[in-house]
Amino acid sequence: MATDRPAPAIAFDRITKRFGAVVANRGVSFEIGAGTIHGIIGENGAGKSTLMSILYGFYQADTGEIRLDGRPARIANTADAIRLGIGMVHQHFVLVETFTVLENLALGREGGLMLQPGIARARAAARAIEAAYGLAVDLDARVEDLPVGSRQRVEILKALYRGAEILILDEPTGVLTPDEAQQLFQILRRLKSEGKTVLLITHKLKEIMAVTDRVTVMRAGAVVGDVATADTDETDLAERMVGRKLAALPDRVPVMPTTPILSARALRIVDAGGVERVKSVDLDLRPGEIVGIAGVSGNGQSELMAALAGLAPLAGGTLTWDGAPVPALGRARALRRLGLGHIPEDRHKSGMVGPFEAWETSVLGYHRDAGHAHGAWLRPGFIRALTARRMVEYDVRPRDARLRTSAFSGGNQQKLICAREMARGPKVLLVGQPTRGVDVGAIEQIHARLRALKHEGTAILLVSVELDEILALADRILVMVDGRFTGELDRSEASERALGLLMAGVHGAAA
Amino acid sequence: MSRDLPWPIDYVLIPALNLALAFLAGAVVLGLIGVSPGAALGTLLDGAFGSLDGAGYTLYYATTFIFTGLAVAIPYQAGLFNIGGEGQAMLGGLGVTIVCQAMGGYPLWLVLPLAIGAAMIGGAAWAALPAVLQVKRGSHIVITTIMFNFLASALMTYLLIDMLRAPGDPSPETAAFPASTALPYAHEWAAHLGLAMEESPLNLSFVVALILAFLVWLFIRRSLWGYEIRATGHNPSAAAYAAIPVDRVTVLAVCLGGACAGLVGINEVMGVLHRLVLGFTAGAGIVGIAVALMGRNHPFGIVLSAILFGALYQGGAELAFDYPQVTRDIIVVMDGLVILFCGALENMLRVPVTRAWARWRTVPA
Repeated sequence: MATDRPAPAIAFDRITKRFGAVVANRGVSFEIGAGTIHGIIGENGAGKSTLMSILYGFYQADTGEIRLDGRPARIANTADAIRLGIGMVHQHFVLVETFTVLENLALGREGGLMLQPGIARARAAARAIEAAYGLAVDLDARVEDLPVGSRQRVEILKALYRGAEILILDEPTGVLTPDEAQQLFQILRRLKSEGKTVLLITHKLKEIMAVTDRVTVMRAGAVVGDVATADTDETDLAERMVGRKLAALPDRVPVMPTTPILSARALRIVDAGGVERVKSVDLDLRPGEIVGIAGVSGNGQSELMAALAGLAPLAGGTLTWDGAPVPALGRARALRRLGLGHIPEDRHKSGMVGPFEAWETSVLGYHRDAGHAHGAWLRPGFIRALTARRMVEYDVRPRDARLRTSAFSGGNQQKLICAREMARGPKVLLVGQPTRGVDVGAIEQIHARLRALKHEGTAILLVSVELDEILALADRILVMVDGRFTGELDRSEASERALGLLMAGVHGAAA
Repeated sequence: MSRDLPWPIDYVLIPALNLALAFLAGAVVLGLIGVSPGAALGTLLDGAFGSLDGAGYTLYYATTFIFTGLAVAIPYQAGLFNIGGEGQAMLGGLGVTIVCQAMGGYPLWLVLPLAIGAAMIGGAAWAALPAVLQVKRGSHIVITTIMFNFLASALMTYLLIDMLRAPGDPSPETAAFPASTALPYAHEWAAHLGLAMEESPLNLSFVVALILAFLVWLFIRRSLWGYEIRATGHNPSAAAYAAIPVDRVTVLAVCLGGACAGLVGINEVMGVLHRLVLGFTAGAGIVGIAVALMGRNHPFGIVLSAILFGALYQGGAELAFDYPQVTRDIIVVMDGLVILFCGALENMLRVPVTRAWARWRTVPA
């Protein structure tokens, strides 16, 4: 190490952390220069989160040390981390939703029995921070009324208000629209220009390339690459992450015009609060075609998916399967029996039962099918054997059919759910955010499976906020804004830019 | 942070530590009133298990607690807390009474299944209304089942004073059932086998309770309905996604709990009292909540914790008999301490034990 350079903002020195038999971090060493944006990428379970948790004081390293500005730092808890100028913006926001932005800022720093002086201090400080970094937030708005992008700015504001010099962002764009993500990157660049150090944890390679100065690649708990962003590219990073060459994309097979299997006409959905979420939508799903729905989340895609799966009542319109109307009573069960598979967009909320053993989750929704049950009784032996076979086929790790579902990593849970919904050869497959929170290797696999199903003649509806994903898979792309389809593009004429304009332009006009 | 405790710690060590704490607190109370805790514990254990008839009483109490514990455990699997075991047990007793009064002279192998059916129907029916109100109107089942306990109590008072009371009998109870409907006592069987066992109220119902606990386990873990009940309890939106009729499954789980509570009537009314007596449930429905909590809502755990509570009831009675300072109120305090530490504070030691386990596990190998 040259002595004439300033000490790095953070130096990880041979950090090792074990959980029982699992080594989460294995002698991790790298440095993060002060005033830079540094990316950390890796698949799920690569050890990124553990390393950040050690830096933020959630865990203690078994061996090794962390140096901040060249001085060894002892970070026993998060209070230490905050005192040392480390701020964290969590993937899932930690804000009190019924409080205003200002009250959230003051929380924990009220400074005395009376609330007003603390709030006033927070307001003055927040104004100064807003001005310095271009973070525009309405300080008196309730957090619950703010869009996701603004909530994230509140989190950043909160970290800065607590004196953060180093800002850790964990998967910050997972919940953002492309536009909001661009705004976030501008804020990060501004922070950097003001001398703050930013640590960006993500598995989106595009973002790494767009905003970071240097990037560290982790795999299986160890550092497998540490390069200047300018000296690398997406393919190189992806291959380092996965540890092998990625397969080239197969050529797209043209879709033969066929009669639709699942059709919706003039579909209307009104939510529990009386708000019309889907406004008279027509949709046809044809065998051997992938239809993608692009759009900023919250524009009615989730409600449409639920209705097509028979999980939400229709306020109007018809649903037909192979030309015959689907009965309203017991619609979900009827559709499943007809051959509908459904990979839900929120796997924790709907796709799985956390405390169930893997074999129990792997027949959820199909538990009454012939083979899985005998009379009124489940057939555990049969289902376990089936699950074990699927775990091999879909590469679910660990291969333990008796492990609780919640003990698997997110990517493996998703593979388990995909296996369940795909293995029965559905006639129609509804897919929501199939690769959210899933690492590159698993994304490649899930995409390949979707293409294979398409070739076998499954009609697939893909809802995703990832334009890359839609562009990579869909034959026909619909853009949904405010409960309506505002555009339909064939894959050949669609581009990220065209979709982005449709999503944003119409949205802007409507607002 | 998703790692779990291994089951011996979860199911054996933590309950044992909780119980030890309860006994420790109990020892302090006994010391304060001038009773040697060591001697008192000896008396309690000897009273509960030291003789055949003492053990008979313990298992007789345990029988009722198994029924009321299961009454909490099944709805719990669907995510609901059934506090109504008391009222459901009363209605179960009513069902037993109707069958026993009508079926005098028929053989027991015919009467018992019918009485079991009537007890279960009575308990399930009393649970059904709160369950339906929960599903259709969102009335909280904890509140409604508590209120239904009072309604059941009022209903029984009315029936026993104005409708069912034996003519000329001043107390609120029915006439004795025909002798042919009485369940065999354990001491009668012991006599057949040539064992000397003094009289105790332990009867055939204990076997019914053990079989029921096994069937409940089988139902919850292995049947399609049990699967749907657990899916609904753990994650209602996933259950709905899986096209499980969540409302119907919820009502089913609560009614099955009520049916288990109703079986208290088999043990108390058909097995021991041989008549319907006002207040025969004696708070067993409420004790069932503590039994279920301590048994971690697992049927086999419930059998063990029911036997523990049975032993406390029986041993406590011996204690009150032997020591003049130990009044009925002190026994209630003792029971209360066990409920407090094993039920209400069930999770108090879980966090430190989990942390200690995690620390022990992370020591580099």
